[in-house]
Amino acid sequence: MNLALADIRHKLGRFLLTCLGLGLLMGVALSMVGIYQGVVTEALALSRSLAADLWVVESGTRGPFAESSRLPGDVREMVARLPGVAAAGSITLRTAEAHAPQGIIRVQVMGYEPGRPGGPSAIDEGRGLGGARRELVADSRARLPPGATILLGGDRYRVVGTTRGLVSSGGDPLVFVHLHDSQDLQFKLAPPTARRALAAGGGAGSTDTVNAVIARLHPGADPALVAETVRRWKHLAALTDAEQSDLLTRSVINRARVQLGMFTVVLLFVSAVIIALIIYTMTMDKLREIATLKLIGAPDRMIIGLVLQQALLLGGVGYIAAVGWVFAVRDVFPRTVALGVAEVAVMAGVIGVICLLASLLSIRAALRIEPQQALGG
Amino acid sequence: MARVPVRAEGLGKTFGRGETAVQALGDVHLVVAAGEVVGLRGPSGSGKSTLLNLIACIQEPTAGRLLLDDEVVWDGRYCIADLRRLRRERIGFIFQFHNLLPFLNAVDNVALAMTLAGTAPAAARLRARALLDELQVGRRALAMPSRLSGGEAQRVAIARALANRPRIILADEPTAALDSERAGVVMDLLRQLAQVQQAAVLVVTHDEKIFDRFDRLVSLRDGRIE
Repeated sequence: MNLALADIRHKLGRFLLTCLGLGLLMGVALSMVGIYQGVVTEALALSRSLAADLWVVESGTRGPFAESSRLPGDVREMVARLPGVAAAGSITLRTAEAHAPQGIIRVQVMGYEPGRPGGPSAIDEGRGLGGARRELVADSRARLPPGATILLGGDRYRVVGTTRGLVSSGGDPLVFVHLHDSQDLQFKLAPPTARRALAAGGGAGSTDTVNAVIARLHPGADPALVAETVRRWKHLAALTDAEQSDLLTRSVINRARVQLGMFTVVLLFVSAVIIALIIYTMTMDKLREIATLKLIGAPDRMIIGLVLQQALLLGGVGYIAAVGWVFAVRDVFPRTVALGVAEVAVMAGVIGVICLLASLLSIRAALRIEPQQALGG
Repeated sequence: MARVPVRAEGLGKTFGRGETAVQALGDVHLVVAAGEVVGLRGPSGSGKSTLLNLIACIQEPTAGRLLLDDEVVWDGRYCIADLRRLRRERIGFIFQFHNLLPFLNAVDNVALAMTLAGTAPAAARLRARALLDELQVGRRALAMPSRLSGGEAQRVAIARALANRPRIILADEPTAALDSERAGVVMDLLRQLAQVQQAAVLVVTHDEKIFDRFDRLVSLRDGRIE
């Protein structure tokens, strides 16, 4: 007969409630792991979707994500003519607040020329941008279905399609608009300001400016070599996609990543302490039973088995509850909770080790219980 | 010649050392023969429970000699390495508050004692059933301890104590929580078992209503036999 299971069956309600509570705590820790992974996934989502081999930006900057970068609009043609480049496209990026049907939403507006690199690689619903102006493709995180309209920079845009999982490194959903629209949005002065500039002797200024030019290379072309060629123009800088990804994870989101990582470690530590206390309390609740077992001759391995099996069952059932609730609600989280089989498996291992270590204190206490404690009132 | 289940020769127990030392038991000579039911009485703090603990090998004596079944168990130090094995094979315990494991039903509580001693689970359950029937609680075999009355629980505890056919039965206030009638039934059972199994039964008690049920009453006062 298995004493651990018999004891759990005897106090099933209490055990399940404890598992549920522990599951909530483990779920928070698991969510943190998912959010940590999500931050990395989100940061790289756009660059992966664009499938660019080369990022051409303003000289002396590491744009367009890590730093601001501005280039003349004709740079795209220069880059497109370079040996090894298959296609090049201009892009603009800016954060904006839009008036959506559900209220004001914060979005990352990306402008590109349809038919050239810079657009989303996959459309989830609806269609991509065509030649018409004032259309946009929004990520599903913006909760804008095809057909909806939003007010962006004083102009009304119609949603023609949606993407999935394309957000900025800050978690804002991406909306894709025509390059000219985004240039107007970003660089065109408001009429009163333009009049003031004109009166001051300046002009309204050209809006043919972009933040970066992305290039796709021919198969076999060396991105580093093409980047080197670009750098010969003194007003340009170039980053390979690998350098851009590295920059995104090591620089742009580094602080958030470290913060989340440290918070996860603290949560795991707190979980370990709580698991240890629960197992200790469960063991001490059975003080008289353990003393009786010792008195009637139960070997130490039976006592150790009782504590250890209950600790592992507690951790196992709690973790199953945690995985269940995290997967059930992860889409409600404002940021991506990226959890795959690997993360769930590694976390299960961590919880197992925590339960093992946490039960050591209880095993020590159980082995120190004297048989005579079973005697008397 | 029949072996003597319990023989204490000048057994003593002192707690602490030096000026703070307290002698709980001193120079106790006690023999409990096979089939004998001996009562151990005395006021609180007289050393009854300590003597029971020493015989049960759950507290170590500090003086004298202890022999169980004519085998020297303690003589300045323990002479047997595996005391738990000795307890599960030779000694049966009956407690004041039955101490049944609350998460096992009656039959499993009895069978556990046997599986600990190496009996196969199926055989252990079979004998546990038989013992419960013998003690007239067979119909409550599947009941959890919390569902048993005080008398039923005590009879299940007795069945557990007898499960491995021990040579020694140590009972600590087994009738304290029972009324006169049930206390009498328990004592009759212990007597019957002592005779059938030729076991030595040593009962610590304050319960005057069962004093006449013993073959012999031993009185302890201030750690010494009167």
